[in-house]
Amino acid sequence: MIDHREVLETNDMILKENLDVRTITLGVSLLDCCDADLEKLNEKIYTKLTTVAGDLVRTGEEIEKLYGIPIVNKRISVTPIAMVGGCACKTPQDFVTIAKTLDRAAATLGVNFIGGYSAVISKGMTEADRNLMRSIPEALAVTERVCSSVNVGSTKTGIDMDGVRMMGEIIRETAARTADRDSLGCAKLVVLCNAPDDNPFMAGAFHGVSEGEAVVNVGVSGPGVVKTALEKVRGASFEILCETIKKTAFKVTRVGQLVAREAAKRLGVPFGIVDLSLAPTPAIGDSVAEILMEMGLESVGGPGTTAALAMLNDQVKKGGVMASSYVGGLSGAFIPVSEDQGMIDAVENGNLTIEKLEAMTCVCSVGLDMIAVPGDTAAETISGIIADEAAIGMVNAKTTAVRIIPVAGKDVGETVQFGGLLGYAPIMPVRSVSCADFIRRGGRIPAPIHSFKN
Amino acid sequence: MKKAIITVVGKDTVGIIAAICTYLSEEGINILDISQTIVDGWFNMMMVADVTGKDIAALSDALREVGEQKGVIVHCQSDEIFKQMHRI
Repeated sequence: MIDHREVLETNDMILKENLDVRTITLGVSLLDCCDADLEKLNEKIYTKLTTVAGDLVRTGEEIEKLYGIPIVNKRISVTPIAMVGGCACKTPQDFVTIAKTLDRAAATLGVNFIGGYSAVISKGMTEADRNLMRSIPEALAVTERVCSSVNVGSTKTGIDMDGVRMMGEIIRETAARTADRDSLGCAKLVVLCNAPDDNPFMAGAFHGVSEGEAVVNVGVSGPGVVKTALEKVRGASFEILCETIKKTAFKVTRVGQLVAREAAKRLGVPFGIVDLSLAPTPAIGDSVAEILMEMGLESVGGPGTTAALAMLNDQVKKGGVMASSYVGGLSGAFIPVSEDQGMIDAVENGNLTIEKLEAMTCVCSVGLDMIAVPGDTAAETISGIIADEAAIGMVNAKTTAVRIIPVAGKDVGETVQFGGLLGYAPIMPVRSVSCADFIRRGGRIPAPIHSFKN
Repeated sequence: MKKAIITVVGKDTVGIIAAICTYLSEEGINILDISQTIVDGWFNMMMVADVTGKDIAALSDALREVGEQKGVIVHCQSDEIFKQMHRI
């Protein structure tokens, strides 16, 4: 029998410590929508999405009431559109029509984001990949809910540096096209290495080709719950610290597993994975940075940060895998700057730099996330930052990503407001030494050797 | 048997339990267990109810309204969330 104390603990987590299910993401394959006629293709996509995902939002709301747990976002991910649209889209403008269709379907369904306006170019680009990538600035400027991602490398293929070079330019162009909204378009665009096929989190979510017809993936959250648990073991040894994180991660993940199974049952769609990521929000007390500070750091960004984050990430996984048989997606601690009050504070007080963030991404998911930089940062410099992150992912066989916003017309010392879950960010300085000659070489960085690990 | 956990938190006043129980009785819902404490004038109650054949989401909405009339916060949740979290 459940006792009063356990009920209180669960409800305190939900009501006081921001425990929620961050997202139910319905992955939908659009491969069967392929058609050489662009109009028919768009029609098929709209019909399929509104049919398969018709009950998503209502189902999510019912499950919220059933278990008394908030499900913050109901979202959709689709097959990378470069693959779906290739046979009909011969120009970037053709691809933009699909972005508009996705946006319209998302609005009809009441989902706040739809992911998968994507290209996977780990080793090379098809003409369709190129056209889709060139269409991204326009697509993100004329749509509200569409998220875009490009996977530029993997451990098995190396890094497509031509794609990396293009993405530097595309990010700059996307910033310019959405200059009137503080370059918001870039907040919906992520460049990945080793992108998973089953990620439920935006902006990098897409329904990979290894997936089935449709699948329910769930992303849990709970930085506030972990922080509160750690407050009770202040000064205790690492062993106790680890045990506390594991137990908490177990409980948080079980909620995700429960919600995922129920959603899958009600939607008549197979359950895919639970993503264990600790995802912060701008809300007070819902910060990954504050967990690291609770562990004993004065501020994030100082010495000890990488070790603390590595330990946190590992313990979250160890606790989480015990709670769910199918763990996937990104599954680690997120460190988005603009979405985490502790990170914002650390940037503002000068303790957190892009270089330290880069080190932190070596030991956690996902990468340089929601980082605002000066609007005049060179495209090649952005490509250099992407290449650095991709190299970390490639060599360490992990997912890494860059979601960087060169805010048009703004410079260091200013802040940028994205609003809602995307938060606000101080503009961070970027080292101005050029890497243009490196980026302009063209070609690929080969896959790394898998022996002699040092 | 499908069970729900009903929790009631708020300032203590006359008739909180009566209001909740009357509603459950009218709906034909059997109460399996009740525990209750009052700390510094704050009322804290937990009930386990047999909700076989009932829609917990709809019941949750209705009980919240009953609670609002008494000035207390009422949550009604499937017991699965607690079992999953606290039992291996």
